[in-house]
Amino acid sequence: MMDRSLTRRLTAGLVPAVPYLWLGLLFLVPFLIVLKISLSDPAVAQPPYKPVFEWSDISGFLGGLDLENFTLLVEDDLYFRATLSSVRIAAVSTLLLLIVGFPIAYGMARAPERYRSLLVAAIILPFWTSFLIRIYAWVAILKPEGLLTQALMGIGLISEPLDILNTETAVYIGIVYAYLPFMVLPLYATLEKMDDTLLEAALDLGSTPWRSFWTITVPLAMPGIIAGSLLCFIPAVGEFVIPDLLGGSETLMIGRQLWSEFFSNRDWPLASAVAILLLIVLVVPIVIYRDVEARRVEARP
Amino acid sequence: MRRSFAPWANPDAKPLIRFENVTKRFGESTAVDHLSLNIFEGEFFCLLGPSGCGKTTLMRMLAGFETPTEGTITLGDQNLAGVPPYRRPVNMMFQSYALFPHMSVEKNIAFGLKQDGMPKDQIADRVGEMLRLVQLEKLARRYPSQLSGGQRQRVALARALAKKPKVLLLDEPLGALDKKLREETQFELMDIQHDLHMTFVVVTHDQEEAMTMADRIAVMDHGRIVQVATPGEIYEQPKTRFIAEFVGDVNIIEGHVQGQENGLWRVKTSSAEAPLTIDDPDEVLHSGQPVAIAVRPEKMVIQRDPPGPGAINVLTGEVWDIGYLGDWTVYRVKLANGEILRVTRANASRFVESPIDWDEQVYVTFAPDAAVILAE
Repeated sequence: MMDRSLTRRLTAGLVPAVPYLWLGLLFLVPFLIVLKISLSDPAVAQPPYKPVFEWSDISGFLGGLDLENFTLLVEDDLYFRATLSSVRIAAVSTLLLLIVGFPIAYGMARAPERYRSLLVAAIILPFWTSFLIRIYAWVAILKPEGLLTQALMGIGLISEPLDILNTETAVYIGIVYAYLPFMVLPLYATLEKMDDTLLEAALDLGSTPWRSFWTITVPLAMPGIIAGSLLCFIPAVGEFVIPDLLGGSETLMIGRQLWSEFFSNRDWPLASAVAILLLIVLVVPIVIYRDVEARRVEARP
Repeated sequence: MRRSFAPWANPDAKPLIRFENVTKRFGESTAVDHLSLNIFEGEFFCLLGPSGCGKTTLMRMLAGFETPTEGTITLGDQNLAGVPPYRRPVNMMFQSYALFPHMSVEKNIAFGLKQDGMPKDQIADRVGEMLRLVQLEKLARRYPSQLSGGQRQRVALARALAKKPKVLLLDEPLGALDKKLREETQFELMDIQHDLHMTFVVVTHDQEEAMTMADRIAVMDHGRIVQVATPGEIYEQPKTRFIAEFVGDVNIIEGHVQGQENGLWRVKTSSAEAPLTIDDPDEVLHSGQPVAIAVRPEKMVIQRDPPGPGAINVLTGEVWDIGYLGDWTVYRVKLANGEILRVTRANASRFVESPIDWDEQVYVTFAPDAAVILAE
């Protein structure tokens, strides 16, 4: 009896500890390391920054840390512009994803029940191919002598080759294509749960289908809209591969900046500072969202 | 006052709703089969039938959610073909209530009025009026998730009534309520319908509900209407065996027509020694025709002492089961041929000297006009 209750208490304590342990070990500790590097100075050494942590000289180590890198980030407007441009591209992409993803999710949720799991599988199917290969495929489609130009010229819609590759348009196409499942799946999950009779009730009370969509479907799909938008917006801000492969040198994004500081300039401390900046840019909207959500739930239990 | 209300008996009265030869097919199956029906203004009309009989489809066609495969539906002078649900002067109270979960009670009720572009202050007045009608003034700002089942039902009713529709459709309006609340609400619905002079069309599978509330009942089976009549007629003069069995309890005794004497039918059965005498002059029968005699349990008399000589319609058997319900006692009497009759007796006095007991030999009798002959 005694043993059993002890085991139970231990289990009750340990089970919640697992996710905390996981987060602590694989998120908090690396974050602290990055934070520390961002406060260091670059050095031609191994590792390429100083001071290096030593138990014997903690005060010397702490004295070697400073905010120099962050000052640089603020002073050089390149980083500010890159951040702004990243947020803008991510926001526009998220909007495009909503416009493209909503009808798909809606259609899936309205499809006969026996086809639905098949449709979900079809949405996930592209993940079976490497992300990199799929983005490279878009290079072949979008380049001036690529498939898109050939097709459009073939049916006589255009006479000049399209010059889409290495523009922001190509980045939007790439992001919308690559992130679509992250938008569609949460939307589908909320739309599928929706009670059809609510729409019938709205029609019955004199609301046209178009108005019913905005007054009933969209508000009830809001949790899915927000979840999908966050799932797309957050990684899109830090996206590196798509702007690098499709956007050309003109497209300014913070993820690319981070990459070049890290690998081209080998300035780990500055790259770490950029990473911290990116984190702050992304955490703020999430905190705001959680606050709004908490108040909404409070108002309507 | 309600007694005199019988527009269906007046050949000059113009029906408000007319179903003419309406058929609805879903793929292979036929939900509604060449059905014609008239409903008059101010009527409390019930569509009654077992699940799958087509009553809900009929109502959904009236609301505009389904289109008839054949036939026409008219409302007043308007042919409803091609009129979308949001342009029909008809509102529906859904079985699941279908309250908008993201809107408060008052927003739910105001929803339909807003669609009509009614000015704000008028909407507020009308919502207040509706809340008073269903006695929910105090809960105006609650959300549906914060209400009990009975309260939700009231909100759904108020929302459907708010636009003052020409016809209110109610799909199993009391199905989700418990028995006590259901009875109260039945009478409330009748009062509201009467006060607002509105036409109510109710779909239900509960015959008691239909009997209590309706001016007329249409009993449906397999997509067709079997009988349209007042509750009294449906109960006392059921047209078919299906209706007799579906509405209320009934004893069915099968037999063959022997002939007619003094306007009374004589029917030979295996349940009684002598042929049974039935007073059902409207039936046109011929000798030897197989028929079913339907007698309601409360119209049979159970007694211990043998009835006097010359008594008619005497069945003998022994008491198989006794169920005491408080107001009624139900006796199940097993006849010599193995058939079981159900006889009820009102418990008019609190104490009975020597009550009929289990396994006792008893006589069951009924008057000739207590029974109905149903041609097979």
